[in-house]
Amino acid sequence: MLLFIEQVVNGLQLGMMLFLMSAGLTLVFGIMQVINLAHGSFYMIGAYVGATVTARSGSFLLGIAAALPAAALAGMVVEAVVLRRLYQKAHIDQVLATLGLIMFFNELTRIIWGRQPLFLDVPPWLAGTVTIIPGIPYPSYRLAVIGVGGLVGLFLYFLFGHTRLGMQIRAGASNREMAGALGINIKMLYTLVFGLGALLAGLAGVMAGPILAVEAGMGESVLILTFVVIVIGGIGSVRGALAGALLVGMVDTLGRAFLPTVLRLFLSAAYADGVGASLASMSVYLMMAAILVWRPRGLLPAHA
Amino acid sequence: MRGLILALICVAIGFAGGAQAADAVKIGMVTTLSTKAGYLGEEVRDGFRLAMDQEGGKLGGVPVELLVEDDSRKPDKAKQIAERFIKRDGVKIMTGIIFSNVAIAVVPKVVRGDVIYVSPNAGPSLLAGKGCHPNYFNVAYQNDNIDEVVGKYVAEAGYKNVYLLAPNYPAGKDHLAGFKRFYRGELAGEVYTKLGQSDYAAEIAALRAAKPDAVFFFLPGGMGINFIKQYAQAGLNDSIPLFGPAFSFDERLLKAVGRAALGVKNGSQWTHDLDNPANRQFVEAFRKAYGRTPTLYASQGYDAARLIGSALARVGGDVSRTDDLREAVRQADFDSVRGKFKFAANQHPIQDLFIREVVQAGDDTYTNQTLKAVFTDRGNAYVDACKMD
Repeated sequence: MLLFIEQVVNGLQLGMMLFLMSAGLTLVFGIMQVINLAHGSFYMIGAYVGATVTARSGSFLLGIAAALPAAALAGMVVEAVVLRRLYQKAHIDQVLATLGLIMFFNELTRIIWGRQPLFLDVPPWLAGTVTIIPGIPYPSYRLAVIGVGGLVGLFLYFLFGHTRLGMQIRAGASNREMAGALGINIKMLYTLVFGLGALLAGLAGVMAGPILAVEAGMGESVLILTFVVIVIGGIGSVRGALAGALLVGMVDTLGRAFLPTVLRLFLSAAYADGVGASLASMSVYLMMAAILVWRPRGLLPAHA
Repeated sequence: MRGLILALICVAIGFAGGAQAADAVKIGMVTTLSTKAGYLGEEVRDGFRLAMDQEGGKLGGVPVELLVEDDSRKPDKAKQIAERFIKRDGVKIMTGIIFSNVAIAVVPKVVRGDVIYVSPNAGPSLLAGKGCHPNYFNVAYQNDNIDEVVGKYVAEAGYKNVYLLAPNYPAGKDHLAGFKRFYRGELAGEVYTKLGQSDYAAEIAALRAAKPDAVFFFLPGGMGINFIKQYAQAGLNDSIPLFGPAFSFDERLLKAVGRAALGVKNGSQWTHDLDNPANRQFVEAFRKAYGRTPTLYASQGYDAARLIGSALARVGGDVSRTDDLREAVRQADFDSVRGKFKFAANQHPIQDLFIREVVQAGDDTYTNQTLKAVFTDRGNAYVDACKMD
């Protein structure tokens, strides 16, 4: 029973990590109608800059403070130089261009930092464990990730629902020309939104750095799951991204943790482990297919 | 008259230059220099090149030319490069492949094309047993060896309830099988994770619930970094010791993991502190040339070069007669950085295998320290399955 609770918390934490990544991606896709495969690259830039600044300064908070503007800046530069030309084009052109950007950023990272994976450790003040329920010592850092994810969710809710900027962004998403005719600087707005998306990805990257390996190409593995999340949640909807991320995090974690055990009831141990492992990795995609059959636009699609 | 003398001089220079070019033996190296695992190929290449540089561009007194190409860990690309080396460049000796799946795709065709292949890393059981060939040599190890040594050590150290973890692909299953060959105890669990998985929180929680007394895992590259860091963050490395093959504990990975790997015992056929003259000069020369401590891959590249050099010296630089070249390689008459070295019947090494421990070397550096030799003169489990014509 305790194990089950612990795995649920693990699923929550994975979900929050995915939410950080997918919030930015769904914003860009939903508001700007642009498929950005290079989102994983901003995640990687956040992790690399965070690792470098933390190593030099000795402070993880400084690392985060440096990673966010670095990722946002990279995002805005990419938007101004590459994506601006692609808004009117077909999605396939956007896919090709941003795919090229992935390879460019991967090589750039290898040129600047070398092939050696960078070292980024959990800061000492978050390195212990917290006994959330008697009998389960849970790493405090992962609780911090859950906390940060929650804060980001609240921030986005506040931004879009209760600020002028959020209103302008939603107007621009609904009807770009009309919003422009009413005097809103759409170009600047889009650059800002893209920068915000990249900033969120960079935050995900620097938060993930202490747990995962900081290496070139680290964005790709997360990117696939992120796309699954935003498709499940509904493209363009931040609430959908949260719901989708939590769902994917839970299903993936609980599947990996308990499918082999469940299968052992029916199959021999060796088969159960192998089949269970394979089924667990498929479970997320099976769920996505099922949800799309039931709700083609996702669980919580954005309005209009 | 002057024109004639000029022409004669040109011809003479041309001959001399041509003779020089004809003398240099071409060695084709297909290795992984890109992707996340690219540093493995870098290490093998740098170790190989060090041996060449130490002899001024020669191996065994014979001038050699090393052709290096990146296979990006793709079997198709590696096959194309190998074909190009053989058909266009006419190489008779090839080496370099890091990954077993690439090796299985490339080596059988290469060795049937009358080319000698010396593997500096990949040692799949398929090529050691049923798929063995007289032209295929492995100077590093047979893949299972590195796990066998850990299995034997864990059994001897008295652990009775071990938890196993590996990715769900053929090499993962092979490595766990190698461990189980010499481990005599219970298995608290045998878990296969997704290849390329980053977050192991679920597996670590399940592991803690199963209460093993030790953990053996095979998670190469970034997967290993992730797992080791997360294991330490869960506070488990003080209560349940970690064991693994050297692939997750080379110098470069240790730098990315920091103190999380402290105290982990891992198995290998080489460490930089092995005390023999060949190794001492190798480590010093490598440090001086490249500014870093060599990993086991670099030592394997170096030994591959010296093995080829010893063979070239025996045939006097003449690689046209493959049978003689093959015999010369079989003799393995060179000073390996591992100390003693000879080939088993299936042309994989018979060597000592060690257990090492990760210790702190400086303020922020961690390295491996040899604890003891667990196997002496260990061959491999596939000798009988290999029937060489």
